[in-house]
Amino acid sequence: MAQKVICTFCGSVCDDVEFDVEEFKPKKFCKLGRSKFSKKERIKAPMIDGKEVSYEEAIQKAAEILVNAKKPLLYGWASTANEAIRLGVILTEKVRGVYDQCASVCHAPGTLAVIEEGIPGASLGAIKNRADLVIFWGSNPMEAHPRHPLRYSMSAKGLLIKGRNDRKVVVVDVRKTKTAKKADVFVQIKPGYDYPVISALRALIKGEDIDVDEVGGVSKEQLKELAEMMKNAKYGVIFYGLGVTQSRGRDRNIENAVKLIQLLNRYTRFVIWPMRGHYNVVGSGEVPAWEVGYQYAIDFSRGYPRFSPAEFSANEVLQREDCDAALVIAADPVAHFPKESVKHLKKIPVIQIDPFPNMTTLVANVVIPSAVYGLEAEGTAYRMDGIPLRVKKVIDTEYWSDEKILEELLKKVVELRGE
Amino acid sequence: MIEVEVISGRTLDQGATVEEKLTDEYFKAVNYCELNEEDYNTLGLAEGDRVKVKTEFGEVVVFAKKSDELPKGVAFIPMGPYANQIIDPSTDSTGMPQYKGIKATIEKTDEKVLSVKELLEVI
Ligand code: SF4
Repeated sequence: MAQKVICTFCGSVCDDVEFDVEEFKPKKFCKLGRSKFSKKERIKAPMIDGKEVSYEEAIQKAAEILVNAKKPLLYGWASTANEAIRLGVILTEKVRGVYDQCASVCHAPGTLAVIEEGIPGASLGAIKNRADLVIFWGSNPMEAHPRHPLRYSMSAKGLLIKGRNDRKVVVVDVRKTKTAKKADVFVQIKPGYDYPVISALRALIKGEDIDVDEVGGVSKEQLKELAEMMKNAKYGVIFYGLGVTQSRGRDRNIENAVKLIQLLNRYTRFVIWPMRGHYNVVGSGEVPAWEVGYQYAIDFSRGYPRFSPAEFSANEVLQREDCDAALVIAADPVAHFPKESVKHLKKIPVIQIDPFPNMTTLVANVVIPSAVYGLEAEGTAYRMDGIPLRVKKVIDTEYWSDEKILEELLKKVVELRGE
Repeated sequence: MIEVEVISGRTLDQGATVEEKLTDEYFKAVNYCELNEEDYNTLGLAEGDRVKVKTEFGEVVVFAKKSDELPKGVAFIPMGPYANQIIDPSTDSTGMPQYKGIKATIEKTDEKVLSVKELLEVI
């Protein structure tokens, strides 16, 4: 019989999906969640240099690598539970390494903007109940968060907003994406022109004129329409995605967007929120923030935490060849980092902790397989809007959870350091 | 040869295979470049053809696909190891490489598309 579970794939962290344990069958999930909750190839056993070993041996070797390194990089953390992340932060401090997480190549520019400007946000529940104008800016939930539109943003049934007909949906993007095809209004901008388009909207909303006919490929007329629409909404929201954070301008784009929202709040109620990717990428920033004060790019080499994305983000550290070992957990930098960064990962000892083989497995010296949270292990994750949810364990497994692996690893490290 | 701006990003197939990176399905989900119909025709491409995408930062051979989502002059490669051969690694002090909006040239090629493992070897 199917039972209620919580999906641990994307940042929507759907808590209304079901899983039939006897038949190993996911129900109600989208294609992404279904793939996560289906049988697939796993890392069979712990390995050292390709040879199968016990968990204890692999952890011993991993601890040796970390203790012998001058400055190890501990990277990943977006697809694991808060309990494991907490141990990861403590471990990084113990080995005087660098803690960085997947947001570094995803939504971290938004974090920088929030440090400058704050973020006028709301929970997904509030948005579902109230928003009559939903703008997806550089985000494409139909492919990246497939049930988000249904549950919270497009066709969701809310308290005051009863469904798709009560909401206007706008997509601002360089591509006419699957989400754009479902929107009421599609604003197509040129790549890298988010910043000037936002600035133009700020001017128009303030009632100023812009003395050009188009900005970033968008006609003045369409900009005026969009500005009016935003001003006249009762409750508007911008859900922004990697289209904004990974393009020219990066953090400055978000800063400008937050200023736009601050301005709109003089006329109406408006909020802005990032479409966070992995199910607990929020936790990979929040946990170190409540442990040591920073979200990512944290260096402990002096024994105390220092934050500086220009120096301590994984890509900067790797491109500068400024780490001599790496622990990669719940992430795949070899597949997702530019080749300049991968080059250094190929040269140094790498420890991997992950349920599934990926490109990082191909360069890892120590591979430690782990249980899948939400299916084989329980723990707490933050949904994209910061709401904590307890993900479940519904099947038994021989695999250790990330939490248990890190607990043992931490013990070994303390022992080897003679503390 | 045409000049374009390349963006990389998530797709449904890339996401659905992202935890099975050493499979054929993942290879197929990330090893192509989408082009606007006009650009596709300018290069005289047909189904199964390959293109070489070159930027200041590197080059990569991928399969070519027609797309109705893109304007002329913009090319799309799913996020992953192929896109990462050609994106701008510099982070401008933010920690974030520039994964989107990189100037590139694209030409038809007879060279083969490397497998995920071969790609790792040439890095
Ligand atoms: S939308 Fe996200 S959380 Fe919901 S089922 Fe799909 S992948 Fe899982």
